[in-house]
Amino acid sequence: MEEKEMVRQEKKEVKKAGEEMRPGPVFIPAVDILENPNEIMILADMPGVDGKDVDIDLREDVLTIRGSVSPVEAEKEVSVYREYNWGDYFRQFTLTEVIDQEKISAKMDEGVLRLTLPKKEKVKPKKIQISAN
Amino acid sequence: MAVIRWQTEPTDFSEPGSDFDRLRQGMEWLLDSFGAPTPGFTSRVFPSINVTEDKDHYYLRAELPGVKSEDLDISVVEDQVSIRGERKIPLEKKEFNYHRRERQEGAFRRSISLPMEIDSNKVKAEMKQGILKVTLPKHERAKPRKIQIAVTQ
Repeated sequence: MEEKEMVRQEKKEVKKAGEEMRPGPVFIPAVDILENPNEIMILADMPGVDGKDVDIDLREDVLTIRGSVSPVEAEKEVSVYREYNWGDYFRQFTLTEVIDQEKISAKMDEGVLRLTLPKKEKVKPKKIQISAN
Repeated sequence: MAVIRWQTEPTDFSEPGSDFDRLRQGMEWLLDSFGAPTPGFTSRVFPSINVTEDKDHYYLRAELPGVKSEDLDISVVEDQVSIRGERKIPLEKKEFNYHRRERQEGAFRRSISLPMEIDSNKVKAEMKQGILKVTLPKHERAKPRKIQIAVTQ
């Protein structure tokens, strides 16, 4: 099997996310979005983000993912060569499915966020008995 | 009268933009020139890397989210650092349909030369939250040495 080579992609910056409280660039994480009959899964690349610094918010049908990074370079380090910039991550999605908010689970592993959004069980049609006198 | 070329950056022939685009790009470069990626010198090879230094070390960092340390191979020869590896995205167990697939997978290989020879015996590498950090001690024999000047009467 032929090996697939990875291509360098410039990190995309968020252009219109309102004014941020923290200075510095905000990037759009690359995501995979998967769906099966029971759940929607989002995988997002957010290197440098610790699990406790991820903020997930679902309001009505808008899902917001935010990840904050802490500086990795020590203060005594001087830049020699720089190809990428680091900064927080931000991305929003509009969901078309009704999500069971209580059962949302999120995990951060090696800089990858795994977000599972279980769909709400559809209200089963109730059969109405008609009583005859 | 002196004729001054107003377009100073090299033209990227692969993406012919309008004059307005070039002007906007020029403004962006002017504004982000401090601390931003060095324009015109960035490589097309994955992964992107940053190099910093202090008195005794170079530090190389690369963003490699989801790459396992056992799938990475780092080697150092004199002032050359090579990173080889593969990013694997495992298939999900449950039946899923993809709506978006932006995350790349595949093999990568990159090497760079540092300005100074490295003591390859003392190189350390760690992965944390998807960021690779390689600590490269500068070799003793490459470090600048202060030379005492003997004063003769």
